[in-house]
Amino acid sequence: MSRLAQLALLIAALAPGAQAHAAEAPAQPAAAPPAAHAPAPPPAQAVAQLGAADLAFIDRVTWGVNESTAAEYQMLGRDRWLERQLHPGAKDRLPAAAQAQIAAMPISTQPVTDIATALTTQQRTANQIQDPELRKAGQQVSGQAMNEIGRQAAARSLLRDLYSPDQLREKMTWFWFNHFNVHLYKSDIRTTIGDYEEHALRRNALGKFRDLLHATATHPAMLRYLDNAENAKGHINENYAREIMELHTMGVGSGYTQEDVQELARILTGVGVNFQPLEPTVVRMGFVAQPDHIRTGLFEFNPNRHDYSVKHFLGQTIEGRGFPEVEQALDILARQPATATFVSRKIATYFMSDTPPDALVARMAQAFRSTDGDIVSVLLVMFRSGEFANSLRANDKYKDPMQFVLSAVRLAYDGKVILNPQPILGWLNRLAEGLYNHPTPDGYPMTAAAWNGPGQMAVRFEIARQIGSNPAGMFKALPPDTTERPAFPQIASAFYFNAVQPTLGAATRAALDQAASPQEWNTLFLSSPEFMH
Amino acid sequence: MHRRDVLKGLAAVPLMTIAGRVWAAPKADMRTLVVFLRGAYDAANVVIPVSSPFYYESRPTIAVPKPGSHPDAAVPLNPDWGLHPALKDSLLPLWEKKQLAFVPFAGTDDLTRSHFETQDTIELGQPVHGTRNYNSGFMARLATVLTRTKPIAYTEQLPLVFRGGHAIPNIGIGSVGRPGVDDRQAKLIESMYAKDALGGAVSEGFKVRDDVYKTVEMAAADRGAISAKGFELSARRIGRLMRDQYNLGFVDVGGWDTHVGQGGAQGYLAGRIGELGRALAGFAQEIGPEAWNDTVVVVISEFGRTFRENGNRGTDHGHGSVYWVLGGAVKGGRIAGDQVKVDHATLFQNRDYPVLTDYRALFGGLFQRAYGLDQKLMAQVFPGVTAKDLALV
Repeated sequence: MSRLAQLALLIAALAPGAQAHAAEAPAQPAAAPPAAHAPAPPPAQAVAQLGAADLAFIDRVTWGVNESTAAEYQMLGRDRWLERQLHPGAKDRLPAAAQAQIAAMPISTQPVTDIATALTTQQRTANQIQDPELRKAGQQVSGQAMNEIGRQAAARSLLRDLYSPDQLREKMTWFWFNHFNVHLYKSDIRTTIGDYEEHALRRNALGKFRDLLHATATHPAMLRYLDNAENAKGHINENYAREIMELHTMGVGSGYTQEDVQELARILTGVGVNFQPLEPTVVRMGFVAQPDHIRTGLFEFNPNRHDYSVKHFLGQTIEGRGFPEVEQALDILARQPATATFVSRKIATYFMSDTPPDALVARMAQAFRSTDGDIVSVLLVMFRSGEFANSLRANDKYKDPMQFVLSAVRLAYDGKVILNPQPILGWLNRLAEGLYNHPTPDGYPMTAAAWNGPGQMAVRFEIARQIGSNPAGMFKALPPDTTERPAFPQIASAFYFNAVQPTLGAATRAALDQAASPQEWNTLFLSSPEFMH
Repeated sequence: MHRRDVLKGLAAVPLMTIAGRVWAAPKADMRTLVVFLRGAYDAANVVIPVSSPFYYESRPTIAVPKPGSHPDAAVPLNPDWGLHPALKDSLLPLWEKKQLAFVPFAGTDDLTRSHFETQDTIELGQPVHGTRNYNSGFMARLATVLTRTKPIAYTEQLPLVFRGGHAIPNIGIGSVGRPGVDDRQAKLIESMYAKDALGGAVSEGFKVRDDVYKTVEMAAADRGAISAKGFELSARRIGRLMRDQYNLGFVDVGGWDTHVGQGGAQGYLAGRIGELGRALAGFAQEIGPEAWNDTVVVVISEFGRTFRENGNRGTDHGHGSVYWVLGGAVKGGRIAGDQVKVDHATLFQNRDYPVLTDYRALFGGLFQRAYGLDQKLMAQVFPGVTAKDLALV
């Protein structure tokens, strides 16, 4: 029996009227951890009447099932809960402790333009210092300031992943970041990565695909990352042009040619960034404003760098007329049937299976085309499909490191808000799926074989031990107040006894019975095959 | 085909003479390490066509100066080719000992110019046109047809090249720490996976974890503080592991996608290539003279880069590359394989090096010599490929 089918039975057993059955599970001597450290089986909980499929459903839509998420799901029922996930309000519904941390961050209170221009100016100033010793010191200060901005973005991202009740928006934000990947450590991307995630991706995470294309194509993080900021007439750089087609829209082998890449690169000439502070508006003598020039924050379209000749792109003629050429090209790309299929297949691979059924992908792609790339419509086709229900029963989707770590922390600490994200960021890096840390534009792979090699399993068990043994510094505030708040990973909770325990296979139960301490019990549970899926 | 059937079939394979020794073929006494430069290194600026005026015309800001023209000039290998000066101290000595060969105009018949697509192409080693089996990499197939192989990937993720067949261990070699999960806990964890599809991977994972930790700890004790870092440190560790424990290895190193400001004799690419050279020399040193004589290291990359520099003092995605083959028994000190004059007229699609030596044909030729694979076994490793014998070992 699959883990989730077992989970369903257990939960069903907890329903009112099934109390007799429910009482059996914790009472089985073989199932209870040794008395030395066994938490007392709790009273029956409110989380009842959820089937295995419901719990599996929550696990897929969120960063991991836990008691509070299961409770909201149960209160609303699957349809209304999913509706809420697909249409979250604009405002975060975060716990106050998480909201307060985010509100206190400079990236929440200062415009990205100010932050990025200040930090890059500081960096340039440091680079120009003559004295080598002083220059080194200056560069160090400036580098640390940039790192801090990147760290804030990561902290904000994790707080939302762990505690936002609107889990699907956060999961889709990660998905789109991975799809339109940029790397934290290239150039000055640290200064804009939080804004990229927040405004280019998260804002459109459940919106229109075409808006994601526009938002990424005009964001300094992407323009820096794929070198389009350097792409100019007579100085062609085709890096971004190629990856838009290969990775962001149509997919490799879908029919575009090297000529299309070159033409798109010409269309994209002049699309770049400007990190100079905006000058006050002064009308200089003889100054003629260029009609096509665009400057929005750090984004700049510079007509002097643009190739205005006619282009032929994917069978269509694009007249040279400045930035509208880019919008036309993105329209063409967003409406390619290959794009609908490519994006739909990737979503299905992420949420349900390493090999999603072609028929389902075709229906999702059809929804994509008929709604002009409405992501919610595509997701709905998938979530409501029979194929998705089947995949819940099979329960063979192996967790990638992000899902593994976050689901472990969510289960172990539920609503207790972390103060320091560094341990989690470190675990993700050790598992080779660090946040913002994939250097190449393809993003992290989504299939099991990329994550379940022997060496990776061994590292995963090490991380399970670290998560299961103690808070590892997650509840130690950052300076100046470095008091560590008391916390202990509570996996063997009421929720565990009520919902999870009966889903475990005999081998896992037998191993858990031999745990010599609560820490070891946690380690073994988080290492179990049941928890990996 | 089952492993047992393969072994039975070996009785018919004749004895082969390699490097003066008679070996019952095929077996894996030869050590092979494949180093994959992910991101497409700019081959033309590392093994430099110094006799081609077209090279200097095509790269006005990034060309490495002609031999003899500059303190940082290319080091002449022969009248036509020169070596990047960043490799002078590390790899030139191996060239002079005839333990290093270069194969220019090497690559694939994949024309997507996509890093990821072409890396997959190479690792799978299957025909480009046709359905791909992503669970069958060519080194995994090699490990299956050989006996006594101990394969390992020195990578954080199990690469495609080693997927399929038996569970092949992988381990990130850059940061190796003392295991926190103790032996008792490891046994309990293994027991949970006894009947799970991942059971093999779990057991193998604990084993490789312990093997690697022991080796790294011993190496550290032997050498005191190792000053090497980055890929050089990794390569030195790999040298130890391949001396003592593993004989079929794969490692990858990134950072070669130089679209902007790649530099010439100095600069970004020079730094990367310098580190790679020190890494390979460090590997040879750690594996030791005896094992080095039975070792072949092959350095590959998914494709070359545009022959002309782009608008940003960098290069874009191209086609043909230059592969490196080194080892104690390698017949080196030469530029191997088919070649053409480097000129405007010989460029592929008027932008890149052509491919004259297919990567599968090259590996096939090496494997035939190193392991004595017959046609039938060769066809299992590289279906439909005719091996090209460049007499490299």
